Amino acid sequence: MRYLPLTPEDREAMLATIGVQSIDDLFLDVPEAARLDGPVNLPLRATELEVERAFARMAKKNISAGEAAFFVGAGAYKHHVPASVDHLIQRSEFLTAYTPYQPEISQGTLQTLFEFQTQIARLTGMDVANASMYDGSTACAEAVLMAARVTKRSKAVLSGNLHPHYAAATHTACKYMDIATASQAPVPGALDDIIAAIDEETACVVVQNPDVFGRVHDLTPIAEAAHAKGALLIAVVTEIVSLGLVKSPGEMGADIVVGEGQSIGVGLQFGGPYVGLFACRNDRNFLRNMPGRLAGETVDADGRRGFVLTLSTREQHIRRDKATSNICTNSGLMALAFTIHMTLLGEKGLRQMATLNHEAACTLADALSAVPGVEVLCDSFFNEFTVTLPRDAAAVTESLIAKGVLAGVPASRLYPGKGLDNLLVIAATETNTEADIDLFARALKEVL
Amino acid sequence: MSQTRYTKDHEWIRVDGDTATVGITAYAAEQLGDVVFVELPDIGKTVTQGGEMAVVESVKAASEVYAPVNGEVVEVNSELESAPETVNEAPDGAGWFVKLKLSDTSQLEGLMDEAAYKAHIG
Amino acid sequence: MAMNTQGRPSRPVSNIEQGGYADTFSGSRGLDQAEALIFERGRTDITGVDFPEAKGTKARLGGLERTEEIGLPGLTEPEAMRHYVRLSRKNYAIDLGLYPLGSCTMKHNPRLNEKMARLPGFGDIHPLQPQSTVEGAFELIGELAHWLMTLTNTPCVAMSPKAGAHGELCGMMAIRAALDARGESGRRRVLVPESAHGTNPATAVQCGFYCDEIPADATGRVDMEAFKAKLGDDVAAIMLTNPNTCGLFERDIVEIARLIHEAGGYFYCDGANFNAIVGRVRPGDLGIDAMHINLHKTFSTPHGGGGPGAGPTVFSEALAPFAPVPYVMKTSEGWRMVEHEEEADGEPFGRMVAFHGQMGMFTRALSYMMSHGADGLKQAAEDAVLNANYILARLKHVMTPAFDGTCMHEALFDDRFLKDTGVTTLDFAKAMIDEGYHPMTMYFPLVVHGAMLIEPTETESKSGLDRFCDTLESLAKAAKDGDTVRFTAAPVHAPTKRLDETRAARNPVLVWTPPEDTLEAAE
Repeated sequence: MRYLPLTPEDREAMLATIGVQSIDDLFLDVPEAARLDGPVNLPLRATELEVERAFARMAKKNISAGEAAFFVGAGAYKHHVPASVDHLIQRSEFLTAYTPYQPEISQGTLQTLFEFQTQIARLTGMDVANASMYDGSTACAEAVLMAARVTKRSKAVLSGNLHPHYAAATHTACKYMDIATASQAPVPGALDDIIAAIDEETACVVVQNPDVFGRVHDLTPIAEAAHAKGALLIAVVTEIVSLGLVKSPGEMGADIVVGEGQSIGVGLQFGGPYVGLFACRNDRNFLRNMPGRLAGETVDADGRRGFVLTLSTREQHIRRDKATSNICTNSGLMALAFTIHMTLLGEKGLRQMATLNHEAACTLADALSAVPGVEVLCDSFFNEFTVTLPRDAAAVTESLIAKGVLAGVPASRLYPGKGLDNLLVIAATETNTEADIDLFARALKEVL
Repeated sequence: MSQTRYTKDHEWIRVDGDTATVGITAYAAEQLGDVVFVELPDIGKTVTQGGEMAVVESVKAASEVYAPVNGEVVEVNSELESAPETVNEAPDGAGWFVKLKLSDTSQLEGLMDEAAYKAHIG
Repeated sequence: MAMNTQGRPSRPVSNIEQGGYADTFSGSRGLDQAEALIFERGRTDITGVDFPEAKGTKARLGGLERTEEIGLPGLTEPEAMRHYVRLSRKNYAIDLGLYPLGSCTMKHNPRLNEKMARLPGFGDIHPLQPQSTVEGAFELIGELAHWLMTLTNTPCVAMSPKAGAHGELCGMMAIRAALDARGESGRRRVLVPESAHGTNPATAVQCGFYCDEIPADATGRVDMEAFKAKLGDDVAAIMLTNPNTCGLFERDIVEIARLIHEAGGYFYCDGANFNAIVGRVRPGDLGIDAMHINLHKTFSTPHGGGGPGAGPTVFSEALAPFAPVPYVMKTSEGWRMVEHEEEADGEPFGRMVAFHGQMGMFTRALSYMMSHGADGLKQAAEDAVLNANYILARLKHVMTPAFDGTCMHEALFDDRFLKDTGVTTLDFAKAMIDEGYHPMTMYFPLVVHGAMLIEPTETESKSGLDRFCDTLESLAKAAKDGDTVRFTAAPVHAPTKRLDETRAARNPVLVWTPPEDTLEAAE
């Protein structure tokens, strides 16, 4: 078997050294009732070629983003990732390295994480960031748990325009922690009246920007209202490229910023692995209550600069039942992909990329508003907006597949049974050509 | 007149009238390693004997500091916030954690004196 | 933030400040290249990506344009390549050598997995595309789910948890939901062995439980008398790792399952050590109610410097109704995904995460499973157990095993053999670095003093194991012979010497800030 180096001779010699007759003698503690007669009822070993064929057969049944005019967003976005990113993350020393608990032989991982943390802090306008979480939705949940710890309050108000998966993940995480999470109703094309829901018992307000329908908001009044009542503002960013063009949540008064880094370096991957971003102000209390790993700068015995994981006493392996989170594994390799792509872009490249995204969305919005019966709901947006169609958006999207268009996410997929069935959430990125946009507008007109 | 008593969890308590100063012993500080952070209770908090009163963290460990007796927190050593290393440098003196107003001085009888504590740590 | 406008530091920094060596002019030594931070190397006006010209369309950002400089340096592709390749060479990796890390299962990461994950039909699909356009993805998830359920003999698996700890949360939330559904919310006590991994109590607390520790007996297994004494009608569950964190199979596990069920509680099994028994023993046969499976351990998905992982969680009949959304199911019309609680058959406790789960890890894990097959997986478990016992047999005369007898896939030693040498477990580990090995797991489990937990996995050759054992023998002998400095000064051959973790914790520096004089020069 190609992955198993031991030969039958090796096994014999090793059993002799151990002093047992057969491998079964090493499994004697297994209860009789649980011993099996032979291999479990699954296919036997396959060659590389056989595995490749099986996978190719399944893969062929899917329509990949590159095969269609692609406008699907709602929390994950198709962007172009330079070839060197994937090449670098496949280097053995990055791909097959463990968590950097032995810092002297993990400076590659630790330095890139330190660079990642700095990039995230600057992008979000915050003071510090951690070394990644699983994804944006769990980062959002962790932020609410942290806000409850820091403010010692137990109510969280979630904007109605927060991605419903994020709201659900947050609600689930808080469910058994005596933290009440209340979601407002969604308001496509505007902002829900979240300020009215803040009171002296509110630990935090959670607002997404740009929101799930694509609209861009000024968070400053919400931050002020929250702070006036002693609550924290948690800003959620699901499209990190937006921060190349839109004011950062930090500038608008956010206390904690969480988000999804998938757009940079990671690719669509059918929903995972992604990379959760978590950043906050450098308040002393905040630092001690942050979840996740943190890479910090220090020196070695010769006075040479190096990096280590630090403030580990927050984490489960030391603090156990009093840990800030149960998280152990992070999204290290995806954080690396993010930081490599972001380094290749630089500020200049990120702004260019963001501008192209916004222009593509503006062009698309104009092209679609020209289709009879279609109305664009968002007056401001980054690379995503919502339209009202004259009939059921899910049915329309389905008919567009045959015309080579993957048109976006029907709001009914995100909010079933909420009367939003005619709404379609549409994203456009730097990967959409004029031809794609023309095709979408023409095909939509034909189908409606 | 002040007397120092010890708990089996390595806290020391030095009484002066009806208030007392509490810290952790040199032995505990050594076991912990370099102290990097101390979490002190709020002033006015009521503590009970054996209950959690503070937390002391080193790089690789976090330990609870327990109240040796019942009482009320009247002062905390806020110096430790900026200089946690004081706990390692002077655990019996400048590295004190909390000052308590005692509610039941008889509880001191049950604690170890210096000789008994030395025997305890072996 | 201010970046020096020339793009160069206003005075040359010494090699040491940027992490280089002091004894060469360049700060590099041969192939060990010094490499500063991107913030010291790059500039905000440089980019390594070419874009077409923007059209200059009027913005529709609601007046919320970002005007301030962000402070993100860029590097051209050649410079970026050098930066990351140089840094990569400062990392130990499985492809370089053995990681004897107990409970981490650092086995070889097959490259076929990487190729399969990158097929456009899997890598370039969006989770919210119409379900009719991703049938193949659901089929893959369903196939993997089938393998996991068959290997564990369970009727249900939740695929969405993103890591092992996330899977633990999934299992314990299902238990909490089941108890609430029975009207028994008063059950709040979770029994956990003293040797449990830290994620166990952390997870229990997040479900509104508290932990009650069970001591181990002299053989390192759950003390049955102590366990029985702790049963009561306020017990929600037991969380057990099997084989346990001392590398031993819990012989009484079937009895433990029977007793916990009799007491009205549930059995959560931490599947971190599944590699010892995969294909040979099915946890469902032992009586578990929930078990997470670390795809990045048992099923070879790469550790990537700390993540990503994946933690699908299997459920018994009793807990299956409470499994979270989303999940895939096969219907007469093909595969579909149930995404919303309202359309689910049972009473899911909710949704744990956005989208569907770690698809990229599913493709890799399934590729691994299909490559091995039922026979190969069984062989892998047997070789893993054989390799650990070989190490135990070869080292037990120079190091001190924590328990008598044979082990499963990992061997546990304590620091008695280092008594009076002046060498601690930590020092011993750092000396291993100088010998070219990543240290084993240290100081875990907490029940053993100065613990050293060694798990070689099945992908180590016999000659590799021999070389490793020879080295540890020599180190143990050197410690006993009084060669203390070798250990206390270690490591001396790594890219850095021992790093000051106290300083990092007392004065955390978590982001780069420009040094004072560079700020002044910019003004």
